[in-house]
Amino acid sequence: MSTSTAYAAHTGVAAARATGLNKVYGEGETRVVALDDVSVSFGQGEFTAIMGPSGSGKSTLMHCMAGLDEVSSGSATIGDTELVGLKDKQLTRLRRDKIGFVFQAFNLLPTLTALENITLPMDIAGSKVDQAWLDRVVETVGLSGRLSHRPAQLSGGQQQRVACARALASKPAIIFADEPTGNLDSRSGAEILSFLRNSVRELGQTVVMVTHDPVAASYADRVVFLADGRIVDELHHPTADSVLDRMRRFDAKGRTS
Amino acid sequence: MYRTALRNVLAHKGRLLMTALAVLLGTAFVAGTLVFSDTMGRAMRDSFSTSFSDVSVLVSARGSDSGDPGDGPRRGEDEAVLTADTVKELAALPGTERARGVVSGFTAVADRNGNLVGQVWSSRGANFVPDASGADPRYPMAEGRGPRTAGEVALNRQAADKAGYHVGDTVRVAGNGTARDAVLTGVFTTDDPQVTSGGTLALMDTATAQQELLEPGRFSSVVLTAKPGTGEAQLLDQARAEVPAEGAELQTGQELKDEQAEMVAGMVSNTKTVLLVFAGISLFVGIFIIVNTFTMLIAQRIKELALLRAVGASRGQVTKSVLVEALAIGVIASVGGLLAGIGIGAGLQSLLHAFDEGLPTGSLVIAPATVVGTLVVGVLVTVLSALLPAFRASRIPPVAAMSSGDQPTTQRGLVIRNSIGAVLALPGLGLILTGSNRTGTTAQLMLAAGAGLTLIGVFVLLPLLSRPVIALVGPVLAKVFGTPGKLARLNAVRNPRRTASTAAALTIGLTLVTALTVIGNSVTSAVTSLVGDTMKADYAVNMANGRQLSADLTGLVAKADGVKAVSQVDNVWWDIEGVGKDRAIEGYDAAAFDQLVNLTMESGSTAALGQDQVLVSGEFAAKHQLSVGSVLRATAAKGAPVALTVGGVFENSEGVSPIVAPNRLIEAGDPDPLVQQILVKGTDGPTPALKQAIKDATGRNPVMEVRTMQDLVDDFNRNISATLSLMYGLLGMAVVVAVLGVINTLAMSVFERKREIGMLRAIGLERRGIKRMIRLESVVISLFGAVVGVLLGCFLAWATLRVLASDLKGLTTVIPYGSVLLFLGLAALVGMVAALWPARRASRMDILSSIKTD
Ligand SMILES: Nc1ncnc2c1ncn2[C@@H]1O[C@H](COP(=O)(O)OP(=O)(O)O)[C@@H](O)[C@H]1O
Ligand SMILES: [Mg+2]
Repeated sequence: MSTSTAYAAHTGVAAARATGLNKVYGEGETRVVALDDVSVSFGQGEFTAIMGPSGSGKSTLMHCMAGLDEVSSGSATIGDTELVGLKDKQLTRLRRDKIGFVFQAFNLLPTLTALENITLPMDIAGSKVDQAWLDRVVETVGLSGRLSHRPAQLSGGQQQRVACARALASKPAIIFADEPTGNLDSRSGAEILSFLRNSVRELGQTVVMVTHDPVAASYADRVVFLADGRIVDELHHPTADSVLDRMRRFDAKGRTS
Repeated sequence: MYRTALRNVLAHKGRLLMTALAVLLGTAFVAGTLVFSDTMGRAMRDSFSTSFSDVSVLVSARGSDSGDPGDGPRRGEDEAVLTADTVKELAALPGTERARGVVSGFTAVADRNGNLVGQVWSSRGANFVPDASGADPRYPMAEGRGPRTAGEVALNRQAADKAGYHVGDTVRVAGNGTARDAVLTGVFTTDDPQVTSGGTLALMDTATAQQELLEPGRFSSVVLTAKPGTGEAQLLDQARAEVPAEGAELQTGQELKDEQAEMVAGMVSNTKTVLLVFAGISLFVGIFIIVNTFTMLIAQRIKELALLRAVGASRGQVTKSVLVEALAIGVIASVGGLLAGIGIGAGLQSLLHAFDEGLPTGSLVIAPATVVGTLVVGVLVTVLSALLPAFRASRIPPVAAMSSGDQPTTQRGLVIRNSIGAVLALPGLGLILTGSNRTGTTAQLMLAAGAGLTLIGVFVLLPLLSRPVIALVGPVLAKVFGTPGKLARLNAVRNPRRTASTAAALTIGLTLVTALTVIGNSVTSAVTSLVGDTMKADYAVNMANGRQLSADLTGLVAKADGVKAVSQVDNVWWDIEGVGKDRAIEGYDAAAFDQLVNLTMESGSTAALGQDQVLVSGEFAAKHQLSVGSVLRATAAKGAPVALTVGGVFENSEGVSPIVAPNRLIEAGDPDPLVQQILVKGTDGPTPALKQAIKDATGRNPVMEVRTMQDLVDDFNRNISATLSLMYGLLGMAVVVAVLGVINTLAMSVFERKREIGMLRAIGLERRGIKRMIRLESVVISLFGAVVGVLLGCFLAWATLRVLASDLKGLTTVIPYGSVLLFLGLAALVGMVAALWPARRASRMDILSSIKTD
């Protein structure tokens, strides 16, 4: 069994790294290997897209690397911190202080205003908000006029922008986004994607985004391809066409093999 | 369709559990009450009817003593109707097998310290009627023999045991006269229900009993036992000819039994009504829970129901499917409640029996009405409560099945609801405020109607109130508990209707508890200050049965060791010119007055009593334009004229009558005034030694009470606190149901918000934080309900007290802040406890499954 690896493709330091990661669900007949000996690293200041067909293990990989799920074996680190073996409390702290999240939906608390949602991780931590940074983030996402609105008063695209701003505001080491544009129309989706790309380019943020959309993947610096829980390929400086092209090849391979 | 409904019940059994429990508790309360009162009623009737088994006809002297200690001292003046001759004549009737002349009346028995054994109202004496063998079949002696002479007495087993007396001991007994010693010759048992239920019965020979309880030669009643073959009615006709129609009453044994049965039924039905009222409160609280549960269940199933509609189910079918679900729960819960209620009924009976062995017991009575009533009430309450949610379910449009929105955030406006609430609450408040300024029955009616309207109105308005009231605690929550605190507050006001119906359960309980507590506390403190402010005496002496004190007692008390000052309190009602008829005047010893009574003088001085002048209250003086030196012309009871010269005016006091006179002046007009109390001041204050000295000096009469002012207050307050404890206990049931409601709402809310909770966990809120958030939400909702209840309770109490104040001057609303804080604390605790399980559940929720999109 060869190790599926996407190591050191980037230059510089890793913001997050997985080594020999395995994730198995269920037992016996219902046993599913969601991740099969995955090793991958995400460089600081890099925008990585994880692609693959549905059920290939994209979300599982993200959850394991972000400390939301336990791994079956292997190692996952955020910066210098090894996640495997951490207690729930330590993991929670780590997520709060080091990781930003953007989910496909249900990112926001309906009872809080947009601004309160943005500062929520810092409020939970009881840490001070860096006002200058917050202003910059808010300006970058273009929400200045809507900060006192509640999620119900915002469009889906605006809600996702608030979610992005929240992920950025606490200056995390890495942001994980799971199909952040999955529920959006293409225009709103494009806004979010450019915003994520800008946050990498201009603010030096590290972003890992799960998607199954080649266009979305083309915003990234690098695309990692997953299939059946294994990393099968990667692509640097992707375009929508080059991504689509790769995917077709896997499909063909999958069919012939 | 109905199969879907039933399958839903099974699918949601966890969430329906609390609803079922709420219904179960309420119905158990109802069933328990019915079973218990039926059983008690039957047992009491049985025990009474056995005691009449040998009575065919009872001839009783009209107005004769039936053991009621409250009769005035004038008994014995009317003509003797039942004499030894009457008994003989009745015995000679052709239908009479046996005739028994009964003498009966108040008799107290002292323990070794001279204190009363048992209760005043159940202390009785009667005559022992030995047959040829020297035994009385009615009172079989367990030890010793019956009394034969004046110096002998027999006691019932319980009384003898209570006082620790054995045959041969000297026992002090007292009828209406002075106490005397007698030798205990026997201890007997009897099935007389008045005795078996904890009473004291002292038996004397007939002559002594007549001497002590009535007057020589007289009987209180004659019991006739019919010869076999003679009917009760027949014997009654025969007896009627022998006794004067005026002075005697004749009843057959059957009539007596019926009368007793009626009396028992009345007693039992009073208890039953009170208990049922509280059962009703529990059920009412349950209604809120049922409505809440179904509303939430339907909100969660909106897509499912819309799908049913989309594939062709009619509105009626949707409504029915929800109602069938409610019916299923109602039936299951009511059957459970019925069974639990039977258990409660049985438990209560043995509990009571454990406390008081004298109470009659019998086999459990489960009347068909109990079974039917409980089931019908339980099922109806459940189904009716589900009616509104069911109707709303049928309004879900089929298109809702297609909509992608996950959470039903559409909240109907509260405008209509608030208008209804205002329409109810405002006139209710108006009625209460108007009523509180009046007196009498109209005021009471206005209060009752106003309270009802206001309560309902406030319940309807609770959603409106929730935001501002909960906003008050917002800053504190956020400051002390950080983000979880802030989120808890926001979640608490998120769905005002849900919050309101969860809190309402506690509001009901707390409104009632607070109102009762405030009223009780106010009355208590009014009485305490009444006694405490005016009375300086260390001891008050009076008869436990409220009778007059004998004339020589004051002198005897004065001679007791350690007594510094003594005054008897004379009571007369004289006609006063220009004031009115029958005006109460109290008389005190002029020399001792200042040491016993505390009056603040507006003018003049208490020393005026020494000059045979009177003191009047400020109010009385103002009303009749009196000042020091004014003279009132009074006519004493027997016609003697007495001039009352005002020697001082005192600040109004409820402790004394408006006119206070010296004993000498009173006795000049009426040499034999009514004396019910003697006040005593000791050289060393209220010491036990002084109390014993007073008892010893007055012949250790068990009927005589020697109490400190604190005892007086305590004795009065004991009734109030006993009533309050009972109410707390009964309302506790409603609070338990309320707790179930809070648990239920929270658990369902947690389920509904699982994505949010998952998201919070993902972005870094610890398990502890989640728990804290849920707990605080629960505490906030509970406190909201409690605060509204406490305020409402205080307000209702205030209005009630204003009306009551016309009967008890000096009665003002005194809010027991300690108790109120305790209630609020308990409500917060209730919130904490109710949140334990939902909070745990929320904190254990799997982050991933809760943020999954599909
Ligand atoms: N909680 C779970 N229990 C069992 N199997 C799971 C669970 N979560 C994911 N899987 C399985 O793991 C595989 C990978 O899932 P996922 O990471 O969600 O795929 P993707 O996000 O790429 O669509 C799938 O086969 C899925 O069925
Ligand atoms: Mg996925």
